Amino acid sequence: MRISLYRYDPDADAAPRMENLELDIPGVGDLMVLDLLERLKAIDPSIAYRRSCREGVCGSDGVNMNGRNGLACTTPVSEVARRGKLTLRPLPGLPVIRDLVVDMTQFYRQYEKIKPFLQNEDPPPARERLQTPEDREKLNGLYECILCACCSTSCPSFWWNPEKFVGPAGLLQAYRFLADSRDTATEERLAELEDPFSVFRCRGIMNCVSACPKGLNPTRAIGKIRTMLVERGI
Amino acid sequence: MPWRRRQPPVAERFAPVVDVSQLPVMEFDGVIVGGGGAGLRAGLQLARSGLKTAVLSKVFPTRSHTVSAQGGITCAIASEDPDDDWRWHMYDTVKGSDYIGDQDAIEYMCSVGPEAVYELEHMGLPFTRTESGRIYQRPFGGQSKNFGKGGQASRTCAAEDRTGHALLHTLYQNNLRAGTVFLNEWFAVDLVVNQDGAVAGVVALNIETGEVVFVKSKATVLATGGAGRIYATTTNAMTNTGDGVGMALRAGLPVQDIEMWQFHPTGIHRAGVLVTEGCRGEGGYLVNKDGERFMERYAPNAKDLASRDVVARSMVQEIMEGRGAGENADHVLLKLDHLGAETIHKRLPGIVELAKTFAHVDPVRELIPVVPTCHYMMGGVPTNVHGQALTQGAGSGDRVVEGLYAIGEAACVSVHGANRLGGNSLLDLVVFGRAAGLHIEETMRQGVAFRAASETDLERAGARLVRWDHSVGGESVAKLKEELQRLMLVNFNVFRSGERMRASIHQLAELRERIGQAHLADKSRVFNTARLEALELDNLLEVAEATAIVAEARTESRGAHARDDYTERDDENWLCHSLFFPGERRVAKRAVNFAPKTVDTFAPTARSY
Ligand SMILES: Cc1cc2nc3c(=O)[nH]c(=O)nc-3n(C[C@H](O)[C@H](O)[C@H](O)COP(=O)(O)OP(=O)(O)OC[C@H]3O[C@@H](n4cnc5c(N)ncnc54)[C@H](O)[C@@H]3O)c2cc1C
Ligand code: SF4
Repeated sequence: MRISLYRYDPDADAAPRMENLELDIPGVGDLMVLDLLERLKAIDPSIAYRRSCREGVCGSDGVNMNGRNGLACTTPVSEVARRGKLTLRPLPGLPVIRDLVVDMTQFYRQYEKIKPFLQNEDPPPARERLQTPEDREKLNGLYECILCACCSTSCPSFWWNPEKFVGPAGLLQAYRFLADSRDTATEERLAELEDPFSVFRCRGIMNCVSACPKGLNPTRAIGKIRTMLVERGI
Repeated sequence: MPWRRRQPPVAERFAPVVDVSQLPVMEFDGVIVGGGGAGLRAGLQLARSGLKTAVLSKVFPTRSHTVSAQGGITCAIASEDPDDDWRWHMYDTVKGSDYIGDQDAIEYMCSVGPEAVYELEHMGLPFTRTESGRIYQRPFGGQSKNFGKGGQASRTCAAEDRTGHALLHTLYQNNLRAGTVFLNEWFAVDLVVNQDGAVAGVVALNIETGEVVFVKSKATVLATGGAGRIYATTTNAMTNTGDGVGMALRAGLPVQDIEMWQFHPTGIHRAGVLVTEGCRGEGGYLVNKDGERFMERYAPNAKDLASRDVVARSMVQEIMEGRGAGENADHVLLKLDHLGAETIHKRLPGIVELAKTFAHVDPVRELIPVVPTCHYMMGGVPTNVHGQALTQGAGSGDRVVEGLYAIGEAACVSVHGANRLGGNSLLDLVVFGRAAGLHIEETMRQGVAFRAASETDLERAGARLVRWDHSVGGESVAKLKEELQRLMLVNFNVFRSGERMRASIHQLAELRERIGQAHLADKSRVFNTARLEALELDNLLEVAEATAIVAEARTESRGAHARDDYTERDDENWLCHSLFFPGERRVAKRAVNFAPKTVDTFAPTARSY
């Protein structure tokens, strides 16, 4: 297996470089890209990447594998390697801190901007607020987001306007709260999104949909927000 | 698309990694080490009360291990059964603990539980719903109605099979709203303990910049989670390295019931990844290679929903007696296919994903290969119901450690005793996270000053950084870690034997020597994960050694601790907590609380399911 790995340590390297590594793995079999990274790290401990749950739910190890964004821990090597070769790079579009570790500040800031928490100022009942199974169903495909940034960092609109365009992940969450029957801040939420950038920078390229390791569909959510904005305008 | 480079962070580029005499200082009323469910619940309480609060976490909070919790949070909210009663939940928990759970703490958890769960719902947690719009509850192991006499209960509140994810994100979101200060991707190295034995804060490392800081606080809360990574296979995240327990032990503080490790019946064979007990709650069951539903023989009433320790032992027994499945006859199978595609996709969508990815089977049509896998640390830093850390005073009574709290899996309050019931950990997190927050709030209101710390105190807390940075040559961290994990897996599994445990204690002492001489090859400053893994190895060793010594000392079988040389429960000698004191590596006993405030004591009886 030949691996070409993006390396950059700001203290040691003037510029990023690609390091070529060989790893002997008899029959790639079940191996995930994260397992491969772990083996490389056992040989060269200086390789830096994030990881935690190793089962695709914590969202730490989003990386770019042969040009595709995804989670290292749930992507089988056999699925992304081409002719025994694998190129690993950090997620594109965000500043690189070191090797495969990117600075997620901008991504998180966009998430925070959409006020990602339930708003409902009515005093809560002594028990839970009721919600019908049908209303609850509307949150499926939205609440499962793991904030891995695979989508936003594959989105050209986000690359060019990371300060102003909320990006697919943030917008998916914006819709998660707009769609929640328990949330009463619909009007305020929409008002904050109606400028030309926050939502309308989305050009429907749909990279986000193919990048999302959880099978979520930010483009559809963005479409729903657009409809709500347009209806509100009338 | 461009890969953008960024300017190196502005901290002094080549400053020595630590010079403890010149540590920068940050000050907070409360600092919470850990941003999992427990840490975030405590953080929320403090931030809402207006105290200057920081949550310090080695991973971005939503990447904490709580995110992996699947099945749910157990609590008598009487949605599935209008007659449900928190006292029944209490009874189950006491019995599940094999009678060494503290009854005052269990009473507190079960009785205030509903309030804590409703709070989560009000904060936005997207629970699955029943037809009447209430929170959906599913059956879990060890649950009963009417004090064990009314059959199986359905008491575990669920958001599909992603309850931990839903809970952790909801808490993080509400902390954002409350203005909690987050020190994300900061690593706590050690507690700063002053000459009076009080905790003055922590020495912590900013992972991105490599900067080392004294984070000073009036109350320090350990919410660092479990240590499943002492085992070679585990359901736990790679970050579950027992850092809080390691810190407490290095500070000379005792840990409680650390020999009690839960093996979850359904870890995916080889991968170790968990499939929730909720699978069996929804009607799935285990079969051996002959397709026999063997739990009917071991637990005729509860069957597959007996307590986890019982099911895990039965599985190992099946395998040992040659009825394991697969080429090596080394696992059993979890059968869900009879539930039908609709139920499986609706109630267990995450499991379908995991089974396909890690076992290459589609549970709608195929059986999932499973083995008992290390899952949960019942032991931890002993605390009272307010989360205050305890040690023993001169007269061997409990004494509060000033300035220190512990909550969540890192703590032992103890509500789980010798065996935790499914869904009780998430409840533990929110109930005691909140309780610790409330207590700190109250203490601050009465007025507390920062505790003094001398240069020597700081030096001690930073010593590990210096040691690793001065290492030259020696064995690698990766190799030593693997050796430790293998040793624990083989010798401290579902069944344990005195002889092997004694041999392991010697091997661990040797490992301690070798780890002391080991080599940190990469001494760079920025986002140095090799340094983190070295620091974590120290913690794994502390937890593993404490586990081994106490497990060997507890000469009985109780809950998750099953010995082949002492096969019976010994209430005369061991109806008590164990305490491990690190200095002299001494094992002591501590009384279990049998005095709940509002109900009668549940007296120990033989445990059957
Ligand atoms: C796969 C799986 C499924 C589970 N399902 C359920 C379930 O359905 N129901 C249930 O009740 N329980 C379940 N459990 C158990 C439960 O999830 C855990 O016990 C619980 O989430 C632990 O929470 P915590 O807040 O104590 O710690 P964690 O969530 O583990 O968080 C620990 C925090 O501490 C931080 N930290 C650790 N060390 C340091 C350090 N040195 N410096 C700085 N920060 C540090 C981490 O960054 C993290 O933020 C499950 C466990 C597993 C493994
Ligand atoms: S929408 Fe999908 S790709 Fe985007 S952050 Fe969420 S989980 Fe990751």
